[in-house]
Amino acid sequence: MKAWIAFWNIMLKDLWAYYLKPPNISWGIIFPIAWTSMFFIKSGSGLGSIPGLLPGVIALSVLFGTTSMLSVTVTFEKKNRSFERLLLAPIPLGLLMLAKTGGSIMFGVFNAIMPILLALFLADLRDVDWLIALFSIFLIAVVSTFLGLFIAVSVSEVFEAQTFSNFFRFPMIFLCGLFFPVESLPLLLKPFAYLLPLTYGVDLLRGAIERKNSLPLWLDLIAICISGMLLFYASLRNIHHKWIA
Amino acid sequence: MKSTDADSDIAALIEVAGLHKRFGSVTAVDGISFNVRRGELFGFLGPNGAGKTTTITMLVGLARPDAGRITIAGLDCSVDPKAAQHLIGVVPDESNLYSELSGFDNLCFCAALYGMPKKERCSRAAELLKLFGLQEAADRKFGGYSKGMKRKLTIAAGIIHKPQILFLDEPTTGIDISSARHIRQMIARLHTNGTTIFLTTHYLEEAERLCERIAFIVKGRIVREDSVANLLATLDDHQLLRISAAQMPENLAELLGNSFPDLSFQMIDNNQLQVSSLELIGVGPLVRFIEEQGALVSEARRIMPSLEDVFVKVAGIGLTDMGRDKEKAGGDR
Repeated sequence: MKAWIAFWNIMLKDLWAYYLKPPNISWGIIFPIAWTSMFFIKSGSGLGSIPGLLPGVIALSVLFGTTSMLSVTVTFEKKNRSFERLLLAPIPLGLLMLAKTGGSIMFGVFNAIMPILLALFLADLRDVDWLIALFSIFLIAVVSTFLGLFIAVSVSEVFEAQTFSNFFRFPMIFLCGLFFPVESLPLLLKPFAYLLPLTYGVDLLRGAIERKNSLPLWLDLIAICISGMLLFYASLRNIHHKWIA
Repeated sequence: MKSTDADSDIAALIEVAGLHKRFGSVTAVDGISFNVRRGELFGFLGPNGAGKTTTITMLVGLARPDAGRITIAGLDCSVDPKAAQHLIGVVPDESNLYSELSGFDNLCFCAALYGMPKKERCSRAAELLKLFGLQEAADRKFGGYSKGMKRKLTIAAGIIHKPQILFLDEPTTGIDISSARHIRQMIARLHTNGTTIFLTTHYLEEAERLCERIAFIVKGRIVREDSVANLLATLDDHQLLRISAAQMPENLAELLGNSFPDLSFQMIDNNQLQVSSLELIGVGPLVRFIEEQGALVSEARRIMPSLEDVFVKVAGIGLTDMGRDKEKAGGDR
């Protein structure tokens, strides 16, 4: 019970102190609008193209929102030593890091709301399987957050966190199936595409929104869950070896 | 039965044996061993870079020793660094609370980390804010606090969960006189109430005033560990004279040593010289000699041996190495 009081308060503190600040809320609104508008205008194929664009726009909004925020907040707290206060708390490290990532996961889900609201307003989304779509958004937020955590515990400076984030994020944009279907990628790039968790997230969303997933649902789910667990485990291992060294 | 009670009273709450820590090629802590008894205020003193903070980080579970054993309240913390974290409170050498939260919210958050229910943590936070004289600033953001206020709130955060053991790392460094005095009073009060306190400082006067037992650490090794009374007793037979003068030549101690071979000389700073001897020190010849070297003597007074003198004797290093620059900034008393 005591550990859960700590868990809940760490998550709440992060939400109030970082994620619910006006600049971040506006980021969560403006950034997805920019993505959506950019792809919509670029596609030039009318309102009918929105459902086709939506999975990629949602995935990118969640990916950028979570990785940017978490990697910076954790690195910042590590730098000013307030993270030590958390490491001194008598709660298991795994639970502590789940609490630390909880706010970012919620922020990620929030980032997905804006493209969905825009799409609801502009296109016919009656065929969307919302249960799977929301579950997919949640899974993408989790795996992106854990990617942000992995980045945060691998660097020591805030600016390094941003640079390192881009090292992962930009290849993902081009390889996850957003611009080009993964099946049509050159043979050499395909293995890389299938190593990226966002590929499975986008495919899950495609299945839920357009019913056009290229991989079986179970494979997408397993792949994204395994990616999340590996990133979380690697982050905990890094904390053990680098921060409690 | 009585002897069992007595034994448990003096039983070690913290036991450290053969602790080693290296950072690359630098040995920060080199095989130190010591015990801290239940309810004791234990001072861990040494110059900057001696290994004090490294030792604390290992004791509280923020670093792993390369070798050695740490036992806190019977729990082996060298195997599981988090084993005793529910028993300890930590006040780090830098105030590390959340600048974007208010003083009250910071304390409530720290209490929540130890699983305290909401009602209890709110009342405890209010109680501590009052105790530290910070109730007026309770709703102000921590980032806007003065250094002294930050230090006080950091100490309050360290004791929010009423820990059995409190680790205080340089609690009065870099803060104003009145805040430092208030903090020392709070430390004494916590000790009186039965909290075991592990205090690191390079302010020897502070340690002399507060601590019961002291370990001196120099270059990662403990050079002496004893009660304050026993440490001071080692210099009971010493005569100490402090001479204040302007324009003292840099090599004055050396010149004096050549002319007065029975006396020992040490420059405290540019304007102060300390003379020690096992015999009564004649002031007149000394003052004349110093003035002949071009210095203007303003005062010569006999002083009682202090922990500083003990430290200089056992550690074999000057007081300038104890971080006097920091002392001037914040440790003035």
